[in-house]
Amino acid sequence: MSGLKIDDISMRFDLPNGSHVQALQNVSLDLKSGELMSVLGPSGCGKTTLLNIVAGFLKQTSGEIILNDKKVTGPGAERGMVFQQGALFEWMSVRKNVSFGPDMKGMPKAKSNEIVEHLLDVVGLQDFKDKAVYELSGGMQQRVALARCLANDPDVILMDEPLGALDALTREKMQGLVLKLWKETGKTIILITHSVEEALLLGERLLVMAPRPGRIHKEYRLPFAEMGVGGDLREVKKHPDYNSTREEILAMIWDMEEEIMGRTDGAAA
Amino acid sequence: MIILAMYIAIFAAAAIVWAIVGAPFVRKDPFTALKTVTFGDESAIRSNRFASVVSVISIFLIWASFTGSTLIPNALHVPGPFQGETSFEYEATAPDGTTDAGTVRALVHPVGAAVETPSLEGLEESGFAKNFTSTIPAYRSATIVAGKLLDDRKTQKITSIDGTPIAPGGAVDIATGQVRMNAKGSLTFEPLQGMQMAEQYLPPPEKVGKRFVSLIFDGYQNVTLFEHLGLSLFRVFVGFFLGCLVGIPLGYAMGLNGWFRGWFDPIVEFMRPVPPLALIPLIIIWLGIWETGKISLLFLAALWIMAISARSGVSGVRISKVHAAYSLGASKWQILKNVIVPNSLPDIFTGARVAMGVCWGTVVAAELVAAQKGAGKMIIEASKFSLTDIVIVGILLIGVVGFGIDILMRKLENYLIPWKGKG
Ligand SMILES: Nc1ncnc2c1ncn2[C@@H]1O[C@H](COP(=O)(O)OP(=O)(O)OP(=O)(O)O)[C@@H](O)[C@H]1O
Ligand SMILES: [Mg+2]
Repeated sequence: MSGLKIDDISMRFDLPNGSHVQALQNVSLDLKSGELMSVLGPSGCGKTTLLNIVAGFLKQTSGEIILNDKKVTGPGAERGMVFQQGALFEWMSVRKNVSFGPDMKGMPKAKSNEIVEHLLDVVGLQDFKDKAVYELSGGMQQRVALARCLANDPDVILMDEPLGALDALTREKMQGLVLKLWKETGKTIILITHSVEEALLLGERLLVMAPRPGRIHKEYRLPFAEMGVGGDLREVKKHPDYNSTREEILAMIWDMEEEIMGRTDGAAA
Repeated sequence: MIILAMYIAIFAAAAIVWAIVGAPFVRKDPFTALKTVTFGDESAIRSNRFASVVSVISIFLIWASFTGSTLIPNALHVPGPFQGETSFEYEATAPDGTTDAGTVRALVHPVGAAVETPSLEGLEESGFAKNFTSTIPAYRSATIVAGKLLDDRKTQKITSIDGTPIAPGGAVDIATGQVRMNAKGSLTFEPLQGMQMAEQYLPPPEKVGKRFVSLIFDGYQNVTLFEHLGLSLFRVFVGFFLGCLVGIPLGYAMGLNGWFRGWFDPIVEFMRPVPPLALIPLIIIWLGIWETGKISLLFLAALWIMAISARSGVSGVRISKVHAAYSLGASKWQILKNVIVPNSLPDIFTGARVAMGVCWGTVVAAELVAAQKGAGKMIIEASKFSLTDIVIVGILLIGVVGFGIDILMRKLENYLIPWKGKG
């Protein structure tokens, strides 16, 4: 079967003081090849932990990750990662960053150059390819990160709040870019975000997680990503379903946060 | 004290002058010029060029002024030692109550000048108190034993100088100096010292400059200045290079492997706070005073610094970069080469700058203790013969070279690792 299977994953962190945190409990998911799933949830519900397990950086306490019929046991080139920020190699030029994956594989220069040129075109950084990455703005740096990940041609792309550090306008632009890249490349994508709007706009599927223990709370299938591809994201936002779903999810997460932090609406009195 | 007071006075005067007339010369950069809050805003503080120039000039002036330098007009000199001919009269009393007077003449002359003793012509010589003449180099004093002045020093006593009574242990100030009498009744004449410093304490700038030139061409004890400095630099570079060669891989191993870290942590942590200078005696015992000894010392000085900086360079790598590299398909070796090493270079360079500074200081100190040649050897040898000008040339050059090394390392750093601090 082609696709990503997250099978009954649990993750327990034992703390030095003897107690433990149940970061994930019995999380199961199936992603078909080419699906984009966004993940929402209050802080500390295990989103990053889940992504790190899929990426192979963490070993789950129990359960299995199976990608294209192969068990995941560690990090690998078939699962690309886009981090929030600061994961680019500042000692390399933009071009070198993007060609990192092909270079590591020992791909011939001519071929990797072709890939790099194409991707720089796609993300609109042709004019900056010989610049150092620290000379670029935050949005540009994230475009380099996307291109770097795509240059390696992974089956699955894992994104942990990839647009979290950007300003609102840049963020909207980048959302369009993510949709475009998704459609053009047909990659399977898991995208963690704190923005309900972003999750709605980008996620074909949307997963809401709940904390303590970290688990799947609810899953949605949404039409907005499909509508947004090639179109205007603002138009999508005017859709009545978009607004109602947004309100519903906001309320859901709000309730969960309140449970964690205690009620704030005058309950102290 | 006077020097400090003068320095503060110059500082204040220059600051006031600048405050009054300096404003038009300030080249404000357009951004800072718009700031209203500058006190507390470090970025708004620009080093004042005028102040730097005045600071350097005033140090030079004070130096020149207190050494009677010929580079500046005499009016700027602080009073120098008395020089020229002087004399005083003394009166002596015999046991029978008779008194007699005598004259002491002295010529105070510049150190090293060949002069003749002033004549006693025109002085009448009668009675038991005799006239006396002598030459005294500037800054020195002359002791005139009583026997030279009196016929019978056992019974006759000197009682006054220029009319002022004097007794054993006492002193009388005269216009050109001071006359003291010791317990045995002998006189010591000390001409006025003035406020200038004797050349053996601080030679004037031109002497130092001349010595600098002669050191370059003729050297000291048949070894030219460049040989001395070059040898010191050579030791530093060899020691530093060897220290890097061992220290950096060691630091990487400690940063990447628990066994290595466990094994070497106690050693490194213990050796780090031991000043390299404290190792000199042991190194001399083990390896003698030869080249191996000094280079081993510098090797040790650089080793711990480099090991620690390489280790912290490795631990400083952001985990997301390593993760990113793994999920881009890099092997461990590729990650070491393409992520960990470049990421640690800024730390290593900082360490290298510190290590270079420490090595430079250590080599000079080691040469002071034991060496045939080298900058430190040169100044310690010169100091034994009170050749203060060589000592000063040496100190200035040691400072200049140390400063030069640091500048060079910084330039190299900017050139080689432009990404420093931008991750
Ligand atoms: N290395 C670790 N050791 C101990 N506990 C951990 C560790 N990593 C995560 N946890 C705990 O696991 C839980 C889930 O953490 P995780 O980082 O996955 O949350 P998250 O959903 O990504 O939160 P955020 O939205 O704030 O990024 C938290 O309670 C956290 O304290
Ligand atoms: Mg997280």
